[in-house]
Amino acid sequence: MTTRREFLKTGVAGALLLNLAACASPPESDRRAVVLAALIPVFLEGALPANGGTRGELITRTIAGVEKAIAGLSLATQKEIGELFDLLSFAPTRMIVAGVWSPWPEATPEAIGKFLESWRHSRFDLLKSGYAGLHDLIFGAWYARPDTWAAIDYPGPPKVE
Amino acid sequence: MRDPFREGLASGWKHIDASELAADRTFEADVVIVGSGAGGSVTAELLSAAGLEVVIIEEGPLRTSSDFRMLESEAYPDLYQDSASRQTADKAIKILQGRCVGGSTTVNWTSSFRTPPATLQWWQTAHGLKNLSVDAMAPWFAAMELRLHVGLWPLPPNDNNAALARGAAQLDIPVAVIPRNVKMCWNLGYCGMGCPTNAKQSMLLTTIPAALARGATLISRLRAEKLEFSGNKAVALEALALKPDGLRPSGIRVSLRARHFVLAGGAINTPALLLRSHAADPHGRLGKRTFLHPTLVSAALFDKPIRAYAGAPQSVYSDHFLTQAPVDGPLGFELEAAPLHPVLFATTLHGWGEAHARLMREFANSQTILALVRDGFHPASSGGQVKLRDDGSPLLDYPLNETFWEAARRALLAMAEIQFAAGAPWVTPVHEAAVGYQTWAEAKQGIANLPLAPLRCRVVSAHVMGGCAMADAPERGVVSDEGRHFQIENLSIHDGSLFPTSIGANPQLSIYGLVARNASLLAAALAGKPRPAIL
Repeated sequence: MTTRREFLKTGVAGALLLNLAACASPPESDRRAVVLAALIPVFLEGALPANGGTRGELITRTIAGVEKAIAGLSLATQKEIGELFDLLSFAPTRMIVAGVWSPWPEATPEAIGKFLESWRHSRFDLLKSGYAGLHDLIFGAWYARPDTWAAIDYPGPPKVE
Repeated sequence: MRDPFREGLASGWKHIDASELAADRTFEADVVIVGSGAGGSVTAELLSAAGLEVVIIEEGPLRTSSDFRMLESEAYPDLYQDSASRQTADKAIKILQGRCVGGSTTVNWTSSFRTPPATLQWWQTAHGLKNLSVDAMAPWFAAMELRLHVGLWPLPPNDNNAALARGAAQLDIPVAVIPRNVKMCWNLGYCGMGCPTNAKQSMLLTTIPAALARGATLISRLRAEKLEFSGNKAVALEALALKPDGLRPSGIRVSLRARHFVLAGGAINTPALLLRSHAADPHGRLGKRTFLHPTLVSAALFDKPIRAYAGAPQSVYSDHFLTQAPVDGPLGFELEAAPLHPVLFATTLHGWGEAHARLMREFANSQTILALVRDGFHPASSGGQVKLRDDGSPLLDYPLNETFWEAARRALLAMAEIQFAAGAPWVTPVHEAAVGYQTWAEAKQGIANLPLAPLRCRVVSAHVMGGCAMADAPERGVVSDEGRHFQIENLSIHDGSLFPTSIGANPQLSIYGLVARNASLLAAALAGKPRPAIL
């Protein structure tokens, strides 16, 4: 079985890229926010309002929700999530491993969708699990919020006095 | 709404939240118990009843009924291991496991089955556990059923469970009502987020209060780090207080000394504690043969509301597919329904974008069946192995092999057929490549051709078992059938890690019954008195 680190050391990206990715400069949560701001509208197409004033605000709240979820994970899992976002933030690995050639803010929904499908159906367990991690973080953060429940006909918990 | 636990604390029960400790501490007791779930808490009640001084330590926080607001956003980070997303090493199996006072009993769905006779018989013949016959165990299960108010669910099933029953009946597949450990249950459907009405007879409401009322001490947010040994005895347990975030050690150390130590941290954390402690393991059995009831998921859409979030989460099951072959033949599976809540459903459901949003819009009409595969009996079903990460935290490596996938395909077929028979117009296995089917004929062909592989087909688990197996001799296991460690004379294991195979049913009552027996024997041995009456 291949762990993320082993895969990177022996796979296409190589140890050098992993080390460089980990050293990419801005704070972890800022780098993550840039990636998430691009991914969230694609994952949540059909759930997020297509346009209008609230769209940006809802994306921001979802990013905050993802950060809160990550902060509640075990330290070992947080470290792995950190590595995943390092890989996506660092331009060379974003291009080579994710196949996204433009910086995240300029990446088209089509390019991001292609990236999601390529990881989701990849032959490498590492990339499949990377997709699954993004899937769970983003959908978890979205549907944890009561303001998303009306759209799915969920009344929320009953009153207990 | 009363909160009996808080009332008890106000009356003087001894609870220490280790995140509030300002200096290192040492505790001494007759017995130190690691873990406050099904095994640790039953042990605490019985040992304290025998007059022994008991300290229970728990890595998770103390949360009680007034904290249970039925919100996934609070319950998962507060009450579950890794915020309800603990995973196997390759991330192919997501594991729901409690991490709070009461352990998984605080958050389980209350299904309470005795260890099936086929399982006990297999343990007798294949694992040499001659003492654990159906007849010998029956009084222990009966005692714990009485203690925890286990009874057949008397109300009609919710529509989610009713669909399982209806579809199965159409196909002449027998189903039965699930026994639940509840009293005056409001039928709300939020058992997985902690019972807000104190209906669930979890450890939080039963055995822990009983032990605390007799003077036992409970220490929460304390992580068992390492046992210290001298010769063939454990002399101390070194533990780390956690910060209020429950994740990071605060730097405060707690040392616990006792005549006897009982490990009950669950089947991942118990083997991991022994591995970190370099406990004697001359035959290389420790942490091996860990089982999960790896579980497949089939989702259906109905043309009317199912409201799978409301009502007793599990009230109907079928063990039909556990009885179609010898116990060690092709793997069998149990069928149960699964409650749906927005985060649990959205994260379990495959896909993204409009495809995912479309299914979520049908959330209220969604119905889900689970197939829990019985692992550990077939020669090629040897489960997983608990290992340690570099930082000492546990990691379960559980490879899914062809023997499993063969059963998985049968399970996905069986579930889809039942859902169509129940009247579902659309069914999909939860699988990255599944597009959903509108007829059983279409599903039959589609599922037959689905590529089944890790991280393609969704596999989940809520039952971790094994890793410190009972055996008739040290060469074949870690502990005796009484849970006594083969090499370390004052160490017992009292949790799901005892099981030499999976159970083939939700395991909580199997843990209660076996631990009630073993804690009674231990109490008699330590107190030098006859076994206490357990009720």
